[in-house]
This record gives sequence, structure tokens and C-alpha cells, in this order.
Amino acid sequence: MEIKLWINGKKITDNVEPDMPMLEFLRDKGCYSVKRGCETSGCGLCTVWLDGKPILSCTVPLMRANGRHITTLEGLQEEAAEFGAFLADEGAEQCGFCNPGFIMNVLAMARELDAPSEEDIKEYLSGNLCRCTGYMGQLRAVKKYIEHKKGARSDD
Amino acid sequence: MLRCNDYVFAISPEEAYELNQKRNNVIIGGNGWLKMGKRQWNTAIDISGLGLDNIEENSEKFDIGAMVSLRDIELHKGLNSYTKGAVKESLRHIVGTQFRNTVTVGGSIYGRFGFSDVLSMFIVMDSYVKLHKGGIVPLHEFAKMPYDNDLLLGITVKKTPLKIAYSSFRNQSTDFPVLTCAVAIGEDKITTAIGARPSKADIRTDSIDVLKDIENYARKTARSFNYESNMRASGEYREHIAEVLIKRTIEKTEVHYGN
Repeated sequence: MEIKLWINGKKITDNVEPDMPMLEFLRDKGCYSVKRGCETSGCGLCTVWLDGKPILSCTVPLMRANGRHITTLEGLQEEAAEFGAFLADEGAEQCGFCNPGFIMNVLAMARELDAPSEEDIKEYLSGNLCRCTGYMGQLRAVKKYIEHKKGARSDD
Repeated sequence: MLRCNDYVFAISPEEAYELNQKRNNVIIGGNGWLKMGKRQWNTAIDISGLGLDNIEENSEKFDIGAMVSLRDIELHKGLNSYTKGAVKESLRHIVGTQFRNTVTVGGSIYGRFGFSDVLSMFIVMDSYVKLHKGGIVPLHEFAKMPYDNDLLLGITVKKTPLKIAYSSFRNQSTDFPVLTCAVAIGEDKITTAIGARPSKADIRTDSIDVLKDIENYARKTARSFNYESNMRASGEYREHIAEVLIKRTIEKTEVHYGN
């Protein structure tokens, strides 16, 4: 079937199998940040944005993205590096496999929520699993990043 | 993983309905549960182009399209104002933000899943499903109907004056619930739903006179449902939790709405 969509702002037209998962398609197009960590829509590793909203690319059928915009970590390099520095400063991660999906959801949260509390942060990010850590480093990094962004906004 | 030979964007409810009459075709909601199956479908029917992704509110009711995501319901100011946050409470524990952006209320309600927080929540309210052929059916009746090939277009919730609250019990945050409980108290009656027993949510309706002795009501109502065991909890444990959740959920209505 023919599909037309935008990946990180680039228009793509392709012929795909009708049941091709969005995740596999994105990886075929070179977006290797998108990972499959489970088979049950439960881990958040495959998080991408569809028209700006974080969704699970393992679950949304690819055809449903026809005519729409997908954003992956590859399209948010500057912001990802900015938040990644906070993660590194807190020693937040070990293997890093869950990192791209986590960053996609943190950046979505930073856009969607204004001054989130610790409870808001935990709730928003509860669908991102990390098997190496206890999430404390990530939580410190997210809080510092949110404070940093708030400071940057008030400087403008 | 969803496996299908063809993928069709229906251009009208009638087309979706007609395609759905074939046993090997299937309507896709959010694909959250469907993707867990191994079945090879012939045609996957996508109804996302039918304009069913809006919540319309007026002074009497909410009309929620079948393709509205759980996240959009969770964030809807009108629904949360009407239920004093019970709707958000029923949804916010489901997996994660991305999952709730992905899955739909139509898929949840049509599925009538045992684990469904969504069914447990909506079944105590004055809720109706709108079916393409079957017309408008009260949700508590739809919950008991056999699965057929009709097309669920949306859910209507009437703004009947009710004090509504929701509780669930999970062994672990974001997991399927061990038990769900919703309570709606009207002028003269109380409706309590218990779901994830692990079978799907069912209701009991009584006169509000029972609220003179909440402990007794909670005990008797909890005992009136059937419970079974699975990997998450035993039936006996669930019955015990049900009694506690009913009591606490009634107390929540008092805290949120006043006596």
C-alpha cells in the first residue's frame, strides 16, 4: 500500500505491507533510536511523537500515520543533547537502551506541562521502564532540566 | 502484532459496518489489545477518518466519539468537573501517557475487558453506547450483550446529578488492576461497580438508605459479586479488597462532594 508521511520534517512516500508496524518502518528509514523493549505496549522504548503527541510506535498501525508527521529522537538532536547532559551529570543511566524513548517522553512532558510537580513527573513518565536503575538519577535529572528550562524562559 | 492482508480507511460508518460483517475482518480502535493476538485478519478496518475523535459537551450530556483517546478523556475539563476528578483517577494508572494517547475509549468499551478501568468507571454513570445498527443502548446492558459485528460510534454520558468516585487496587503501579470500584450516588439510589474480579465490571443498585450503615453495605455488596483467582490475586483476596474499596470509594464521594 502507498503511504505518504513526514519523518522529522522530511516527506517520505513508500509502498509498505498493510500491517507493517510503525516501529519497523522507522528503523528501516534509519531511525535506530526507536527500539522494541517489550511485546506488550508496556515499556515506552518505542516512543515517538505523532503530530506532536507521544505515542507507542509498536502499537499505532503505520497506515494510521498516512499524511501525518512523525518525530523521532533523530529529529530532536539539539534538545536531546541538552537533556542528555543532565542525565549524564546525574549518572542516571547504565546501559542506555531505554534512553531514546525516555527522552522523547521527557521532551513531550516539558512541552505539555507547565511547572510539573514530582508527582506530575512520575505520573507522566510512568510508562517508561528502565531495568538497570531505580529511577532516582533520572528523576533528579528531569527536575533539574525542568528548572533549567523555567529559568531559560524567564530570562527571555 | 496486528497481522492483516488489507487495510481500509472507512469513509462512512455504513462502509465500516458492512466490512465488519465478514468474520475475518476487524475494526481497529487503538490497537492496544488487538496487537496482542496472533490471528491473521483479512481486512483491518480503520475508522479514524469518521470524525469520531471529539468530545462534545452541552448542558445535558457529553458525547464522546469512539476514537477519542483515553488521554483526551483523562484531560477533559468538563468530564473531570462533573465527576470531581473520578474520570482522571480511573485512567491515570493505565500503563503510561504514550499508551493512553494511543488507545481509544471505543476499543476499551467495545472490548468489555475484565481488566477495564474504563468500563468500571463509565458503567456507574448515566452512560449509553451508540451503535450503528443497534442504536442507543444503556452501557450496563451493552456490557452484558454478546459480542457481535455492530459498530460502536461513541458513548454518551448524561449529566445526571450524581456523586461519583473511583478507586482501583494494583499490585504494582501501571499494571492491570487486581480490582476496580466505582460508586455513583444519586438522589435516591446508589450504584456500585466492581470490576477485574477478574471478570468484567458489573453493578449493584440500591436505595440510598443503605448509606446509613456504610460498613454493612460495603460487606453485603462485596459478597454479592462472584470472584475468581488468577496470577494477580485469589478470589478470596479480591472479595476482601472489594469490601474495603467500596467503603473507601463512598468516603471519597463524601470528601469530594460533601454529604
